[in-house]
Amino acid sequence: MQVNEFKPLIVAFCCNWCSYAGADLAGNNRLNYPAEVKIVRVPCSCRVNPMFILRAFQKGADGVILCGCHPGDCHYTSGNYYTRRRMALLFSMLDYLGIEKERTRVEWVSAAEGAKFAATMNDFVEKVISLGENKRLEDLRCKK
Amino acid sequence: MQEIKREDLIAKAAQLLADGTVDRVIGWKKGEFDYDVTPAVFTTKEELENEFVWNDFCGANFSKYIKKEAEKSESKVMAFLKPCDTYSFNQLLTEYKFDREKVYVVGVPCNGMLDDSKIKESASGISSVTEENGKVVVDTLYDGKITLERADVLAERCANCKSKKHAAYDELLGTEGEVLDSKRFDEVEKLEKMTPDERFAFWQNELSRCIRCNACRNICPACTCEKCVFDNPASGVENKAISDSFEEKMFHIIRAFHVVGRCTDCGECSRVCPQNIPLHLLNRKFIKDINGFYGEYQAGAEVGSRAPIVDYTKEDLEPSEAVERGEENA
Repeated sequence: MQVNEFKPLIVAFCCNWCSYAGADLAGNNRLNYPAEVKIVRVPCSCRVNPMFILRAFQKGADGVILCGCHPGDCHYTSGNYYTRRRMALLFSMLDYLGIEKERTRVEWVSAAEGAKFAATMNDFVEKVISLGENKRLEDLRCKK
Repeated sequence: MQEIKREDLIAKAAQLLADGTVDRVIGWKKGEFDYDVTPAVFTTKEELENEFVWNDFCGANFSKYIKKEAEKSESKVMAFLKPCDTYSFNQLLTEYKFDREKVYVVGVPCNGMLDDSKIKESASGISSVTEENGKVVVDTLYDGKITLERADVLAERCANCKSKKHAAYDELLGTEGEVLDSKRFDEVEKLEKMTPDERFAFWQNELSRCIRCNACRNICPACTCEKCVFDNPASGVENKAISDSFEEKMFHIIRAFHVVGRCTDCGECSRVCPQNIPLHLLNRKFIKDINGFYGEYQAGAEVGSRAPIVDYTKEDLEPSEAVERGEENA
């Protein structure tokens, strides 16, 4: 058994109406996705303030993924459209500051897409493992 | 040298005070040094004559001062606004931050302001700064007179001026200017062309100088929240953290993000920064992205315009595409 294998911490913000149900479906269907993914349920992907994302990195996340309903399917009609603009600008800014752009992602997952949820998480965790530990947005004060 | 004279500004302010149109005037007064001009409120002609200053260091944007001053009483307040200040003025009106009826705006033309930190690079012990034949003459305590080219000591935001045209005024002194074709995004493009490692090193170097004096936040005409997220002591980013670099990145990303679509690129943040961090490059990145992703938008160009961040279309690009697009520029 490998001893020092890197176990990333992934925070997934999931919208209550689509992606959270999608994660549930993935579980019901016994689809595997890494246990490193910690899901935070939010009422809408639009609830996620850019500060949440940075905060997750501060508290030790190595990757942050935001899942919401497909554009046009928002429970609140337009929440995910705002998310899309907001995150496009935030991710572009993070990239501008030289922070690895693979560490952040937005994915649209519906309640029926359990398989997509599992596949997305597997792919994302793999990406983050290849990047290694989050060094550029870490807060040493929060390290144990 | 500015097109309009100090005497003309004082005469205008004194006239408005005398005929009762306004009872307070927001203007500039001398600070500790010649180059250290500070905003002040004047109520009489005598005060104006004694203390009012109009020179190449009157960079302060009065839009935010108007908000604070307008809240104080029911009477009208007058402010001198340069072209770039009027954009902030419009933006604050768009956000209903003050009553337009309580403000009297006198537009003043601006030929660009000087940056004292650039002058200090070539002169120490500055006792006065004057202008002769289009050149800046600095009188110093130790080295006598030093002559500098105006273009070399012009503030960055003025060298890349976006508009000499006032977006709002009740009365205009001097002549109306034009909206200029500025090269303000050149520096941002240069950074985008670097590799992520180079960019990271660049920003690490710049942002680590931050002392968290909060001057950029306090001066920003777009930062008008009564309660600020950065005042939360539980956030871990309310103060300078000596031990790590997270705090400075968090502060600067979020500070810039909170003014997305509202930042008029007036450049006050960079002007007041005691550490000379190029903060405008963060704001301009957002403006450039908005222009590229969602169409040209200039905050404050007109009252009541809808900022792209509170708007959407069904065909907006995906966040992943936004990052890819940045890569194509590289």
